Amino acid sequence: MTTTSTPPSTETSTAHVQKVAANATLRHYLSRVAFAIIMTLVGVLFALPMVWLVLAPFDATPSLTLSWPDWTLDNFARLAENPYALRSIGNSLLLGIGTMMIVVVLGALAAYAMSRIRIPGRDGILYGLLLLSSIVTGTAAMVPTFQIITQLGLINSYTGVLLVMAGGILPTVIFILKDFMDSIPKSYEESARLYGAGPFRILRDVVAPIARPGLAFIAIWTVVQVWGNFLVPFILLRSPDLQPAAVVMYTFYTESGQADLRLISAFALLFSAPVLIIYFIVNRRYGFRFHGGIKS
Amino acid sequence: MTTGTTTAPAGSAIAPRRRRADDVAGLGTARAGLFVAPALIIIGLFLLFPAVWTIWLGMTDYRLTGLQAASPEFVGFDNYTDALTDPSFWNSLWLTLIFVLFSGIIGQTLIGFALAWSVRNIHGWAKALIEGLVLAAWVIPASVASFLWLVLLDRRSGTVNGLLGTEGTAWLIDHPMESIIVFNIWVGTAFSMQLFSSALSAVPPSQIESAKMVGASGWQQLRDVIVPNIKGHILTNTLLITLWTFNTFTPYLVTAGGPNGKTEILSVYIYETAIPGGQLGLGAAISLIMLLINLVIALGYVRVSRGRKKR
Repeated sequence: MTTTSTPPSTETSTAHVQKVAANATLRHYLSRVAFAIIMTLVGVLFALPMVWLVLAPFDATPSLTLSWPDWTLDNFARLAENPYALRSIGNSLLLGIGTMMIVVVLGALAAYAMSRIRIPGRDGILYGLLLLSSIVTGTAAMVPTFQIITQLGLINSYTGVLLVMAGGILPTVIFILKDFMDSIPKSYEESARLYGAGPFRILRDVVAPIARPGLAFIAIWTVVQVWGNFLVPFILLRSPDLQPAAVVMYTFYTESGQADLRLISAFALLFSAPVLIIYFIVNRRYGFRFHGGIKS
Repeated sequence: MTTGTTTAPAGSAIAPRRRRADDVAGLGTARAGLFVAPALIIIGLFLLFPAVWTIWLGMTDYRLTGLQAASPEFVGFDNYTDALTDPSFWNSLWLTLIFVLFSGIIGQTLIGFALAWSVRNIHGWAKALIEGLVLAAWVIPASVASFLWLVLLDRRSGTVNGLLGTEGTAWLIDHPMESIIVFNIWVGTAFSMQLFSSALSAVPPSQIESAKMVGASGWQQLRDVIVPNIKGHILTNTLLITLWTFNTFTPYLVTAGGPNGKTEILSVYIYETAIPGGQLGLGAAISLIMLLINLVIALGYVRVSRGRKKR
C-alpha cells in the first residue's frame, strides 16, 4: 500500500494543507460576498417601488422617476377635493365593514354551535369546507358567480358583493373561530346556566367576551381581505360611483389616458396605509398565524 | 366528562333538561342547527353552488347578449371540444405553466428561502427593514402594487430604465412575461420568507453544530442538514404557492393580458372570454378545467399535510 502513494515529506505536506486552507477561506469569502451582493440587489428590487409609494405623494411635482421630493401636502389637499377618490375609499370601507359584520356574526354562531354540539363527522365537514374554499377561488368561479348574481338580480349591488365575499371567507373564519371556542372552559357556561342564563345570554355575556381576541382577529383579517380584493367588485359592480378604491385605482390610470400623478400617488398611499398599519400591529401581536391563513 | 363530575351536586336540578353531557350551554340540537344554518346557506349558495353550476353552465351556449342569453341551449361537450381544440386555450395554459413555474415555484420559493436564510442570524434594524419591506409588498392592495410597477417600468421616465441605462425600453411590451413574473415574485415572496423563517428556526442547532464540527461547508450543511429537516415545509410551501399563483388575477392589472395575449394566463383568459367576450358557456367550461386543476393541487396539499402530521 505504501508503495503506490508515498506520503510527501512533512514540510511539503503542511505547505500543501495551508494552501488548501487558504483556497477554502478565499472561496468561502468570495461566495459570502457574492451572496451579499445578490441579496442587496434583491433588497433594492423590493425597496424601489415602496420608496416611490412613500415619497411621491409628498412631492410637489411627482414624476415616474424616483427622486427626493420637494416636500408638500398639496397632493392630499387635492385628493380631499376629489369626490370620486374619497367616495371610493368610503365604498371600500362600507364593503369591508359590511362583510366583516356578516362574517363575524354568522361565523361566531356557527363556530360556537359546532364547538358545543357533537355532530358526527364535524371535523371532516370543516376540513372539507376549508379545502373547498381554496379550490373554488374568485378566478376559477368567476363565470358561475357572475351568472348566479345576475340571475338573482344582484348585479351592480352591494348585497351581491357582500354575499360572494362572505361565502368565500366564512369557511376559514369558522375554522379559526372554532379553535377559539373550543378553548373556552365549559365550566363557565355551566355556572352561568346554574344562575338561570339562557343560551343567547350565555353567548352574549360569557362566550363573546372571552372569545373577543379571536373575534377581533377575524374582524381585522376580513377587512384586510375585502379591502384589497379587486376581482369580485370589478366583475359584479358596474356603476363607477359604487366602485371601491381597488377598482377605481385601476380605472384612474387606464381610462384617463394621461395619469394625474399628484392625485394617484396620494391616493395610492391613502389606500395602502390602513392595511399596512393594521397588518404590522396585528403581525406583532399574533405573529405568523395571521398570514399563515389564506391571503390571496 | 370532567365537567359532569364537578357539577354533580347541582346536577340533579338540571339533569332532566340535559340530554347530552357535552351540551353545557343548553343549546339543544335544533338551536345549534339554527346557529350553523345561516353561515352554511351563504357558503352553499355562493361557494359550493357556483362550483356545481359550472358543470351545467359549461354545457350550454350561454352568452351575455343575444338569443343565447334569453334561451340558452344545451350543447353537451361542445364547449370542451371547442376549448381543447383552440390554440389560444393551449397557449394560455402554457403561459400559466411558465408563470407558475418561474414566479411561484422557482422565484418566490428560492428568493423567500434566501431571504429567510440571510436574515436568520442577524437582529435589529437590518432584519426588521428587510422583513418589513417584503411583508409590505405582500400587504398593500394589488391595485397599488401593480401601479407601482407600471411606474417603475415606465418607458420614458421609469426608474428601472434610469438605473440600468436602458432609456426607452418598454419592458411591458418587449418583455411582458418577464415583467409579470418579477412583479408576482415581488408581491408574493413574503409568504415563503415567513414560512422558511419559522422552519429554519425549528432546525435543531445541535445538528448544525455537529455538521460544522466535521467540517461541512455552508453548502454541505444546507444540503445535508437543513434541507432534509425542512423537507415538509418546502413541499407545503410549493403546493400552496402553486395554487395561489395559478389562481392570481393580479397580472391583469399590469398588462391586461397583452400585448397580443402574451401574458394571457388562464385567469385572464377566462375573464376575457366570459365577460368582455360574452361567451359565458365557453368561459364556464374553461372555469371547470381550472377548478379540476385546483382540486388536484389541493388534494396533493392534503396528502402532504396529513403525512406531516403522522410523523
